[in-house]
Amino acid sequence: MNIIVAGVKKEVPENTTVKELIYLENVETPDYVTVSINDEFLMKAQQETTVLREGDNVEFLYFMGGGC
Amino acid sequence: MAFSNEQLERYARHIILKEIGVKGQKKLLNGSVLIIGAGGLGAPAAMYLAAAGVGTIGIVDADVVDLSNLQRQIIHAMKDIDKPKVISAKETMEEMNPDVKVNAIQAFVSSENILELIEPYDFIIDGTDNFPAKFLINDACVMAKKPFSHAGIIRFKGQLMTYVPGQGPCYRCVFHEPPPKNAVPTCKEAGVVGAMGGVIGSLQAMEAIKYLTGVGDLLAGRLMTYDAIKMEFRTIKLPHDTSTCPVCGENPTITELIDYEQAACELK
Repeated sequence: MNIIVAGVKKEVPENTTVKELIYLENVETPDYVTVSINDEFLMKAQQETTVLREGDNVEFLYFMGGGC
Repeated sequence: MAFSNEQLERYARHIILKEIGVKGQKKLLNGSVLIIGAGGLGAPAAMYLAAAGVGTIGIVDADVVDLSNLQRQIIHAMKDIDKPKVISAKETMEEMNPDVKVNAIQAFVSSENILELIEPYDFIIDGTDNFPAKFLINDACVMAKKPFSHAGIIRFKGQLMTYVPGQGPCYRCVFHEPPPKNAVPTCKEAGVVGAMGGVIGSLQAMEAIKYLTGVGDLLAGRLMTYDAIKMEFRTIKLPHDTSTCPVCGENPTITELIDYEQAACELK
């Protein structure tokens, strides 16, 4: 199944959940990342139950606190 | 207000731009920006806004200049070590441009002072280094209906977004609440390339200039990310629906400012 992650086409297994994708993508702070799918925010509680579909456009929005 | 010959010369490169011109330069001189944090982001933002002739610039920071700041905080120099950052920043800005009135406020922002601090200004720049301050600034700007620029930098990466009331999501729409202490690395722990502050802080200054002059499209409803390793900028469209946001949504549950506790990026 093909999806788009952070603007890049990726092939992932069928029925991959958002939570699984977070680990497949080696997100540095997996518990603290905001996910949007097709320009809609996904609540954190739904990461485990949300299954990705062909063509989904996934963005990871990271906490970036530095300014110092 | 007529420009002096000196002003015509100083701002010649602005005045020649059809988007800015004499009118736009007047808007900058009559405009005001509050910069919270005189550090990696705030330093270049403050310098470009002072050079641009933004008439009133407020700068807020509680700290004093430390040698480890000078790798990136280019508004300060060796002679400023141990001086309050806001005083050092004010001196640099006033040396650059006598047209600019600088209000130096040596303080930490908190629920007690933030609304009063932002009230007199047209646009706010968040150049702070910690999440409690970022959420506080967001909530205060939402409540006071003030536009602001959020930014963050770490290692070789940076991000920014602009909040304009009624024109897309706020910072809390995207990030909900501060992460627990130590859950997300700070730039003191993880490091940051000094020039990152220059890249992202200058973009924040650009947003302020565009807001004041009414030129172009602001980064509202979008999050810009910069990855210096890949040398890649991306603009991520943010979800438009903000109705359920606890602060800027239709039925806000956060109606008072919150002082979250978290270790800030320490100085030494």
